[in-house]
Amino acid sequence: MKQELAFLLFICTVTLGGCAIEPWVKPYERANLADPIMSFNRDPVSASYIHHVYDSREGARGAGIATGGGCGCN
Amino acid sequence: MKFTIWRFFPVLLLLFATLELQAAVLPEERFDLLYHKYDGGGVTIDGPSFLVRKNLGDSVSVGLNHYVDNVTSASIDVEVSGASEYTEERTENSISVDFLRQKTTMSAAYTVSDENDFDANTLSLGISQDMFGDLTTVSMSFAIGDNTVGLNLDGSEDFQEDTKVRSYRLGVSQVLTKNMVMAFTFETITDDGYLNNPYRSVRYCNDPACTGFSFQQEVYPETRTSTAMALRVNYFLQQRAAIYAGIRVFEDTWDIDATTYEVGYTLPYQDEWIFEASFRFHDQTKAEFYSDLFPSVNAQNYLARDKELSTFTSTTLGFGASYEFGRSWSQIERGSLNLQMDWIDFDYDDFRDLTASGPVGGEPLYSFDATVTRLFASIWF
Repeated sequence: MKQELAFLLFICTVTLGGCAIEPWVKPYERANLADPIMSFNRDPVSASYIHHVYDSREGARGAGIATGGGCGCN
Repeated sequence: MKFTIWRFFPVLLLLFATLELQAAVLPEERFDLLYHKYDGGGVTIDGPSFLVRKNLGDSVSVGLNHYVDNVTSASIDVEVSGASEYTEERTENSISVDFLRQKTTMSAAYTVSDENDFDANTLSLGISQDMFGDLTTVSMSFAIGDNTVGLNLDGSEDFQEDTKVRSYRLGVSQVLTKNMVMAFTFETITDDGYLNNPYRSVRYCNDPACTGFSFQQEVYPETRTSTAMALRVNYFLQQRAAIYAGIRVFEDTWDIDATTYEVGYTLPYQDEWIFEASFRFHDQTKAEFYSDLFPSVNAQNYLARDKELSTFTSTTLGFGASYEFGRSWSQIERGSLNLQMDWIDFDYDDFRDLTASGPVGGEPLYSFDATVTRLFASIWF
């Protein structure tokens, strides 16, 4: 029973927590973020190539700086 | 009463329903045709690459990429080994699929790379989720690679070794203000198998006084695990311009520590032009089993004299120009012509130039410059 209560409390906390997060940048305020010059990966073929150049000539690898998952601005 | 998660299925449905506020989007439909060239340190590599990305319906995007390296090399490693200039070709083909479901994008990609002494096959799977009013995107990916290493020398036709590579990546991008967005990436990569370069050798002293030197083949460990973390921030300036700054820290089980810094500035001019300038600085320490000159033959279990594993810095200045066209064309959404050039300066702290004269172990330190060019056209449709 304690397990059930704990799980329910977890679900409620996550759900209510989600409700409490009010996006502080509204969709209509994201024009600048949606501008192509703000993209993390504006030219994917060129970016992939320059990463390959560095990976081949340096000891470090991974987590290429110029990557990102998007900006939620579409 | 037995605890079972299925009793809470309606609650879970409600939870995921609250996350469904607005759909994410598929990658842009585009075609890119690129010519690339690397020229430096006695090595010239050039060739074409193209990318096609097309949507199939509202929820599936398919991408195809073809890439070619034409290599002509008379690098310092080739010169020191006594070999003559060689040429070879590497081709790489990949297919990727993105599947969009509400705010979740699932991705899969398969890449095949072929050259006369190295074959690589890589499968990657990923998932990303927009959340918190689309201010946050969390992504995870996993890649598994199987490589086959060969040796393109007379009498070595039977040489074949394998390497397995695993990559685990976590990314978070976050909108901070209406003008600023950041991305954090964590990636760990493990290698298992034959990690040597079969063509490379180390040098060692012939006698205790080191009056001369000889060469023996490199010996690398058969495992390597590396961890890299990167943070980048993009900021939108007034009058439509943007700056970015990024840092990556790296370490691995071979004792290499590296830090890489990047800054850049993007400036549109009128409606058609975009100009870019960037600066990158990379600083790394050597692998623990690296040495420019070992005291004797078989001086230790593992031996390397690969300059990529030495202590060095690289400094890059980059410039780019992009011209956009076709906004008013009916056949396409828009297109762009682009030229990007980078000048890279490599300065080695403990890798010596054996093509120059000097006492054993006292030859001048090696350094070289490279020019990297990308000329490409992009069309969005």
